[in-house]
Amino acid sequence: MTRRRLKTGSDFTWRDMEVGNIVTEAGSAALRRTGDWRSQRPIMDKEKCNKCGLCWLCCPDAAIKLLEDGYYEIDPFYCKGCGICATVCAKEAITMIEEEEK
Amino acid sequence: MSKRVGLEASFAAAEAARMADVDVIAAYPITPQTHIPERLAEMVADGELNAAYIPVESEHSALSACLGAAAVGARTFTATAGQGLELMHEVVYIASSMRYPIVMTVCNRALSAPLSVWGDHSDAMAVRDTGWIQVFCQNNQEAFDMTLWAFRVGEDSRVLLPVMVHFDGFHLSHVTEPVILPEQKEVDRFLPRFQYPFALDPDKPMTHGAFGPPEIYSEAKIAQEVAFRKSKDVIIQEFKEFGDIFGRYYHLVESYRTEGAKMLLLTMGSFSETAKIAIDTKKNKGESIGLISLRLWRPFPFEELRQAVKNAETLIVFDRCISFGGPGGPVSSEIRSALYNEKERPKVVSFIGGLGGRDMAVKDFEYVIDRGREIAEKGSKELFEIVGVRGKVTGIRG
Repeated sequence: MTRRRLKTGSDFTWRDMEVGNIVTEAGSAALRRTGDWRSQRPIMDKEKCNKCGLCWLCCPDAAIKLLEDGYYEIDPFYCKGCGICATVCAKEAITMIEEEEK
Repeated sequence: MSKRVGLEASFAAAEAARMADVDVIAAYPITPQTHIPERLAEMVADGELNAAYIPVESEHSALSACLGAAAVGARTFTATAGQGLELMHEVVYIASSMRYPIVMTVCNRALSAPLSVWGDHSDAMAVRDTGWIQVFCQNNQEAFDMTLWAFRVGEDSRVLLPVMVHFDGFHLSHVTEPVILPEQKEVDRFLPRFQYPFALDPDKPMTHGAFGPPEIYSEAKIAQEVAFRKSKDVIIQEFKEFGDIFGRYYHLVESYRTEGAKMLLLTMGSFSETAKIAIDTKKNKGESIGLISLRLWRPFPFEELRQAVKNAETLIVFDRCISFGGPGGPVSSEIRSALYNEKERPKVVSFIGGLGGRDMAVKDFEYVIDRGREIAEKGSKELFEIVGVRGKVTGIRG
């Protein structure tokens, strides 16, 4: 998925600041990579998944997407690696691995 | 036609809020609160004012509720005093940094302990760095005028900042004086409806109060500081506009009989009127003295202050607040800073008095003038003197 380049704080001078630092563009947080401080990441085994959707329901950051075929996919752009999905998965289809592991 | 009625400053401020047709009032009703929200609650209950009145559980919540109201573009008002302002403190910074033009009257009171609800400027001085426009009133008419004026200035699209209107607890807040109330149509001419350009709207989503990581915080703060200092031009302009409509002209720094005076006394708030009588008495005895009263406290009126005191040899500054361990009262240390880089500047002598409701009579200001002259001539080991304190004070040295 291609994402628009997000302006970072360093792109602004003080003159660019909106009154009260208001962000006038709606939904711009979606452009911000918030998954970059993850130390573990979830790996999903499609073979074990029964499409129950518990992981999707429980993800506190909406980092799990429902795919057209009914399976689920984890979006590393937002995933913080909290491991809730792996804990709630009744089929043990999700395992957490260290971020540095390939 | 305008009418002249007897009102305490609290009721005068409430009248100003009513005539400004505020949309939302959020206030905590218990001590140290004054009659302002009480009167406004009556007005709302009696149908004299069509506003949402939110009685909250603390001053912290009062100002928090005001933030929410201001964010949707409501004309928003609250009032507090003393300890209440202290409890609000966190939100006081947020209101100015988010640029919400809330108007808040503060009937200045001392801070405990010992437990005190009496008049004093400690509460106002504790919030001087929070980025609110702060004005001081000398009498009840000014309490009405400044409250009305505060909406106009704060809501100006070039300003968008909250305004604190200070008048002395009890000496003004609970004392009845004649106040001229204008006609509603004059008020409407002075104060147009508030058009907040960033009002929260489901059809036009945006973010207020976003996160400010280190790479943007400094930029945010300097933008706020520049806007705050620039507001002075609008403050001056709106004082003129106010005068043109209502006939009473105000200035950032008020001067009283200062022509050719070698010595000046500087006061703030209601004590300025008492000090004026002392000035008259001294003038009648042939002394070269005049009075400066600081109306605008923040943003500090540097140029106007320098201009007002430039020909004086001695400037006696009278504070109603102690800055513990500091160079003097907050006003006197500010004035010293304002004058420090001037080639020619008056000698500044610092007095503190009127703490926690202690009265300052005319004779006390005459003492301040006499003793101030003596200190200017002979010097003093102490950084400042407290007026009327029992027992000799030593050890206030820098």
